[in-house]
Amino acid sequence: MDVSAGELMVAQAAREIRDGERVFVGMRLPLIAFVLAKRTHAPNAVGLFELGIVRDEPSPELLYTMGDPPNVAGAVWCARTIDLMGLLQRGDVEAGFIGGAEVDRHGNLNTTAIGTDRAHPTVQLPGSGGGADIASLAHRLIVIMAHDKRRLRERVDFITSPGYGEGGDWRTRVGLPRGGPSVLITTLGVFRFARGEAVLVSYHPSTSVDEIAANTGWTLTVADDVRATELPSVQELRIIREYDPQGFWTRRGTD
Amino acid sequence: MSRASNTDKRLSLAEAVSRFVPDGTSVALGCALEPAIPFAFAHELIRQRRRDLDLIGPISDIAFDQLIGAGCVRSVTAAWIGNVSAGLAHAYRRAMEQGIPRRIEVRDHSNFTIAQALLAGALGAPYIPTRSLLGSDIPRANGTFVASTSPFDGSPLLLIPAITPDVTVIAVQQADSDGNAQLLGPWGVSQEAALAAKAVIVLAEEVVSRDVIGADPNRTIVPALKVIAVVEEPGACHPSPLQGRYGRDHEFFHDYHRATRTAEGFDAWITEWVTGVRDRRDYLRKLGPRWQQLRIPVGGGG
Repeated sequence: MDVSAGELMVAQAAREIRDGERVFVGMRLPLIAFVLAKRTHAPNAVGLFELGIVRDEPSPELLYTMGDPPNVAGAVWCARTIDLMGLLQRGDVEAGFIGGAEVDRHGNLNTTAIGTDRAHPTVQLPGSGGGADIASLAHRLIVIMAHDKRRLRERVDFITSPGYGEGGDWRTRVGLPRGGPSVLITTLGVFRFARGEAVLVSYHPSTSVDEIAANTGWTLTVADDVRATELPSVQELRIIREYDPQGFWTRRGTD
Repeated sequence: MSRASNTDKRLSLAEAVSRFVPDGTSVALGCALEPAIPFAFAHELIRQRRRDLDLIGPISDIAFDQLIGAGCVRSVTAAWIGNVSAGLAHAYRRAMEQGIPRRIEVRDHSNFTIAQALLAGALGAPYIPTRSLLGSDIPRANGTFVASTSPFDGSPLLLIPAITPDVTVIAVQQADSDGNAQLLGPWGVSQEAALAAKAVIVLAEEVVSRDVIGADPNRTIVPALKVIAVVEEPGACHPSPLQGRYGRDHEFFHDYHRATRTAEGFDAWITEWVTGVRDRRDYLRKLGPRWQQLRIPVGGGG
């Protein structure tokens, strides 16, 4: 079966949403993961979009941005960013999605700049958007990233979105009220977090633990029961492809 | 019952920019995030060769990139500068990485903290405390936040100082000639930005009577008392969408991304779409049938 990395990541991400949860939906692949979850195992999930939209039904057509008119028509609430962020800070949001340019083994994400001098970056990235807020304040963070050695680094140049900091009880020490990454889904595999450190739990069928180790910038910790990532079901693939028939998001990489 | 508006603040876009946005102004725009971005206003700033602007906004989907690349900008206070459906912002990258066309200062925020900073400005409060960004490097890079603790329970907080733009620009479906403005769709940080500003410029798809506003005042995002100019400018937000009026021109964003990879490509793009057109009407004419296809008949929902 010809399954793109994007489709595999969307299916994995969708499974992280539980029925009835309030979910902060991010840009790009998460837009589709929310649709897939709603149409399969999580029909009662509610989507929150940071520009001020709450939906209990997914948008009927493909979204290029969360502000596209089809995401507004049929919404249950059009409001302000601060209303949605307030829900997040209060602890009313179970899960949130973000991506990043770089991540470290503690799940800290950089979307600000490559290089150590913020004023003179080697590569200027777009910035936080709402990502740092979701990482700070959601109960669970679902991270989606392209996988290569330059992106999965021992230390990131800049912590835009806090993961587990230096590990251990770091989040509590710095005063974050809750949360942290529960899963890191990449183009090669899936990591979960134990004591604030990433542990490889599955490798996508096209790759292997060795290949992932060779493409990861930290010394890999591998779960005892590591296995091949479950492919999307026929039904999941059908829903993904009906929603994104040209593969605009699912066949273009994850930059 | 009909009531004349107190004052008629209607101006052309060119007049509004030349009278109220001198060099060195701090300007908030793009405050609804992806939709309702007043691109027509950004383009007029470029045509009038404004310099040393301090831009304020959450994400600004390529509007900030265009202003930075055209050399209009001294500093940016923002959470995200890029091209939402296409990728990185090339002109912003050139400015930060190579100082082309000039170096700019960046004050990093998140969407929450910029909303809180503008809310503080709207409330006349010096700051708003937050629990977001604790442990992030954004506070250090920003340099204006203060680490503190709650006087009530001792929990760690960041204090986000108020932002009060000189001018906030908002694009809406309808406003009356006095400036009472109604925005349908998500508001993002538009209301806080408008209330925090010293003055507001409204770009309205349509100027309506005072009675239309009064029939549904819950839809008013900012009242006329904050507004100094009303510009009736259909299509002001293209290529971003305006709910119920026109859709998003995705391909335009992607074309811009491809065309502006080099500084020369950027300059050619600006010549074609900004300095080479007289005004917004001319721009829409240049778009041709593509513009007609994006338009939604009024009352057609969507």
